[in-house]
Amino acid sequence: MSASSLLDRGVAAIASAIRTGEARAADLVEEALARVDAGERELHCFQTVTADEARRAAEAVDAAVGRGEDPGPLAGVPIALKDNMCTRGTVTTCSSKILENWIPPYDGTVVARLRSAGALIVGKTNLDEFAMGSSTENSAFGPTRNPWDTSRVPGGSSGGSSAAVAAGYVPVSFGSDTGGSIRQPASLCGVVGIKPTYGRVSRYGLIAFASSLDQIGSFGVTVADATTAFEAIAGHDPHDSTSINLPAPSLAATLGEGVDGLRVGLIEDFLDQVAPACAAASSAAAEALESSGAKCESVSIPEMLLGLPAYYIIAPAEASSNLARYDGVRYGLRVDGPDAEAMNGRTRAAGFGPEVRRRIMIGTYALSAGYYDAYYGQAQKARTLTIRAFDSAYERFDVLLAPTTPSPAFKFGEKTKNPIDMYLSDLCTIPSNLSGHPAVSVPFALDENGLPVGVQVLAPALGESVMLRVAAVLEAAAPGDCRGPVLGPRSSTHA
Amino acid sequence: MPDRATPGYETVVGLEVHCELSTRTKLFCGCANEFGAEPNTNICPVCLGLPGSLPVLNEKAVEFAMRIGEALHCEILPSIFHRKNYFYPDMPKDYQVSQYDEPINVGGHLELPDGTVVGIVRAHMEEDTGKTTHVGGGGRIHEAEQSLVDYNRAGVPLVEIVSAPDIRSAEQARAYVSELRGILVATRASDGRMEEGSLRVDANISVRPAGSSDYGTRCEVKNLNSLRSLGRAIDYEARRQVELLESGEAVRQETRHWDESASVTHMLRSKEEAYDYRYFPEPDLVPLVPENELRRRASAGIGVLPAERRSHLVSVLGGRDHAAPVMDQVQTVLELSLDGLVASAVHAGADPKHALNRAANELAAQGEKAATLAPESFAALLSLEASGALSATQAKAVLAELVSSGGEPSVVARKLGFEQLADDELSSVIDAVIAGHPEEWERYADGDKKVAGFLMGEVMKATRGRANGKVVAQAFTARLG
Repeated sequence: MSASSLLDRGVAAIASAIRTGEARAADLVEEALARVDAGERELHCFQTVTADEARRAAEAVDAAVGRGEDPGPLAGVPIALKDNMCTRGTVTTCSSKILENWIPPYDGTVVARLRSAGALIVGKTNLDEFAMGSSTENSAFGPTRNPWDTSRVPGGSSGGSSAAVAAGYVPVSFGSDTGGSIRQPASLCGVVGIKPTYGRVSRYGLIAFASSLDQIGSFGVTVADATTAFEAIAGHDPHDSTSINLPAPSLAATLGEGVDGLRVGLIEDFLDQVAPACAAASSAAAEALESSGAKCESVSIPEMLLGLPAYYIIAPAEASSNLARYDGVRYGLRVDGPDAEAMNGRTRAAGFGPEVRRRIMIGTYALSAGYYDAYYGQAQKARTLTIRAFDSAYERFDVLLAPTTPSPAFKFGEKTKNPIDMYLSDLCTIPSNLSGHPAVSVPFALDENGLPVGVQVLAPALGESVMLRVAAVLEAAAPGDCRGPVLGPRSSTHA
Repeated sequence: MPDRATPGYETVVGLEVHCELSTRTKLFCGCANEFGAEPNTNICPVCLGLPGSLPVLNEKAVEFAMRIGEALHCEILPSIFHRKNYFYPDMPKDYQVSQYDEPINVGGHLELPDGTVVGIVRAHMEEDTGKTTHVGGGGRIHEAEQSLVDYNRAGVPLVEIVSAPDIRSAEQARAYVSELRGILVATRASDGRMEEGSLRVDANISVRPAGSSDYGTRCEVKNLNSLRSLGRAIDYEARRQVELLESGEAVRQETRHWDESASVTHMLRSKEEAYDYRYFPEPDLVPLVPENELRRRASAGIGVLPAERRSHLVSVLGGRDHAAPVMDQVQTVLELSLDGLVASAVHAGADPKHALNRAANELAAQGEKAATLAPESFAALLSLEASGALSATQAKAVLAELVSSGGEPSVVARKLGFEQLADDELSSVIDAVIAGHPEEWERYADGDKKVAGFLMGEVMKATRGRANGKVVAQAFTARLG
C-alpha cells in the first residue's frame, strides 16, 4: 500500500489513467476492496460493501475504454455512498432497523449520475440513523471508528463516508448535510467536505430527514477531488421541484485562481464557543488568506447563534412528517398487531432508535395545534433573521470564515449522555443549512493530540466557485499532516 | 324559510365537494390517472411514497383547478401546498399534500337555477388517497380481519370546493351539487361522476330556530355517494338535531357517517377525537405562482357554463318567467346537453314548447345517446309532427329510431309504415268505420265521449296506425255537423 498507488493520486489522475488505458478499473477496484477488507473489521465505515457490483461496474468501464468510448469524468474512480441514498437493487438502510432489509426499486438522481460518470460504487456507508446525529453512535448497526484514533468518533451523520476517505478506501465519497452532517465529520476526519447551495444537487432518491435543509455533497482527500466529485452530481433535476434550474457549474478549472483582493470576514461570534484549537485554526486560516492577498476582517453576526435552537425545531418538525411513512404497511419492518393502529405503533417502536424517536416527538409537539406559533413559527422567524444576517454580511464580504466544529474528534460515549451536548456539535455548521448557502470544511491544523481540525469557508448562494478557490488556498497553506488518508488505522492509544 | 320536516327550525348546510380532475396523469408523478385499472398497477416510487421520492406538480392539474376557480367566480391567487399529517394505511406518506391557508382559488359564488346565490369559500388542490377494502367484520377498519389497499388512486389530483353555509334545504343541496357538476363538466376539468367517486360530497349540517341569525353547532356527515343520499342525510340529520334541541339536549360537534341502508347517521368521532393534522408548508414543493400564459390557457379551456346555457335556453323558449315544471324540463335538457337541439329546432321554426316537451321527455328517455341526434333531424321531425303528417305516437316512435339508428325523419317514418294517408283514403276509412258501428256512432252523436276512443281505435286499426289522431277527431266532429 504505497503512497504512489494510483488510488492515492487523486481523482483526476485516476480518471486520466483509466481513460487512456494506462490502468484498469478492474485492478483499481480490487485494490480499494482489499483496503476495505483490511480496515473494516476495526473501522466499520460501511453498512454494505457492494464488491460484486463494483467489479461489474469496473469491467464495464474497462470495456468502454476498450471500445474507444469515454466512460466519464469519474472513470474507474472507486466511491462510497452514504446509506441514505437509494440504490436500485442494493439494500438502503439509513442505518435503521426499520429499513434493515429494504431494497429500493430505483436509483436516486445522484446515484444515476455517478454511475453514468463512470464511478465504481464500492459500498454504502454507515450513518447516524436517518442522519440524526453527529458521531454515528446513533447507527442501529454500531458506530464507525475514526481512522485517526479508533477510540474516537468520526463525526456524523455522514461519518462512514468521511472515514472511508480518511482511511484511504476511496478518494471521494458522498454524504448529506442537514445541519453539518458533511462538514463536521470532514473536519473530524481530516478530509474536505462540501455542502453545496440548497438546490444545486438533486435530492431525488435521498431519504429525507429534513427536506428544507437536506443537501447532498461530496468528501475528498483534496479540494480538487471533492470539487470534481461535486461537479459530477450537480445540476438541475426535473424530479426535484426545489432543484435550481441552472446548468451545473464548472469549478475545477478555476480552483487555482487564488484569493487576491477577495474580502473575507471571520465570524467572531463562534470563537469563544469552540475549543481553543478550533478557534486558533480559524484565526490562522484568516491570516493565511491575508498573506495570499485577501483582505480579512473580523465580523460579528450575532444571529449565527440563533441557528442551533431554530434548527432543533425545524428539522425535527419536518422529520416527524418525513418519517411517518415508516408504518409497516408497504415496506420495511413490520411488527404485527391486533389491528392496523397497533401494528403501526409496534413497528415504529421497534424500528426506530431512541434519538429518532426523540426527534419525532419533538417535531410532533412543535407542530401541534396551540404550539405551532410558539415553536415552529418562531423558529421560522429565526431562520429568516439568519438569512437576512448572511445577506447583509455578503454585502461586505465575498466569503466568510468560521470554525467547522466546536471540538476535534471526541471519544465514544463522551456526548451520548446528554443530547444537547451532541446537538452543540452542529453550532457552526447549522446557519448555512438554514440559509441554504454553500459551505466547505477544509483540514487546516492538528490539535495538541494530533487530531485534525477543519475550518469552514461560507459563501453566498451559488457562490461555490469563489468558496472553493478560497478552500484551495487554505489547503495549500495547511500543514500536510493534518489531512488524510491515514493509511492503516492508527492505534487507539495514539496520543 | 322553515323546513317542512323540522317546523320552527331552519336547516343550514355547507358542502365540501371533492372532485377528481380529468388529467391524464397524477398530481405529482407520471402515473396514469384512470378509473378501474387492475389494483396497484398505476403506481411508482412517488405515488407510493417510497423513501427518497419527491413530488413534481402537474401543470395540467393547476390549469384545471384554475378553470374551476374561474367558473366559480373565484379570485385566483399565488398559493402554496401544506402537509396534512395523519396516519392511515391508504395514505402512502402518512401525510396528504393539500392546500391550507393559501389556496389557489378563494371567494367565489355559484348561482342555483332558482336564483339562490351560494358563496364559495375556496376551491383548493390536493392529492387523493388510495382505496382500502376492509375484509370481514362489517367492512370497517376496526373490526376487519384484513384490509386490502389499492394505491392506483393515491396521488390523483383533486380540487376541494368548500361552500359557505348558504344552503337551506336538502333540495337546495341537491340543486347545488347538480349545478356544480354541470360547471365541472363544462370546464372539462372533471367528469363529475358521482358513481365512480370522482365527485364526493361531505355536508356540514346545523339547525337553528327560524329567524335566528346565529349558527347552530354543526355536524359533518360523510359517505354521501349520491344526490339521493345527500338529500336524505340532510333531512335525517336536521330532524335528529331538532329532536335533540327539542328534548333540551345540545348538539355536539362531531363527524358522522351516513348509513344508506339503515337511513341514519351515526357518530364517527367527536370534536375531542378530531385529528390534529399538524399542517405545515410542504418543503418539497415551491410556491405556485400561475403565470399569465397559464391563466390565459385556463380561461380558454372553459366551455359554456350551465347558467349561460340556461339563460339562452330560457330566452329561446320565449321569456324569463316559466313555471316550475317548465324549469324542471329546462334542467333535464341542460343536464343531458339537449339545449342545442331545442334551440336549433326553435330557430328552424318549431314551437318552443313542443321542442322542449319532445327533448325533456322522449329524447331524455334515451339517456346520454340523445345528445348525438343531428339538430336538423330533430327540427325536421318536429315539423312533420306539427304539420299533422305524423301523429304524436308516430313522432315519438320515429324519434326513438332516429336516436338509435340515425337517418332522415321522413325516410324513417316511411320505413316504420307511418306514411301519410291521402285525405280521401282516410275519409273512406272513417266512413266505413261509422257504417260498420252504427250503434256506437249513435251513442257518440248523443254525447257519449267514452265511445270516441273505441271509434278512434277502429280507425287506427284499419289504417294500421297511420292516421293522425287529431285529424280523425276533427273528422268525427265534422261528421256530426
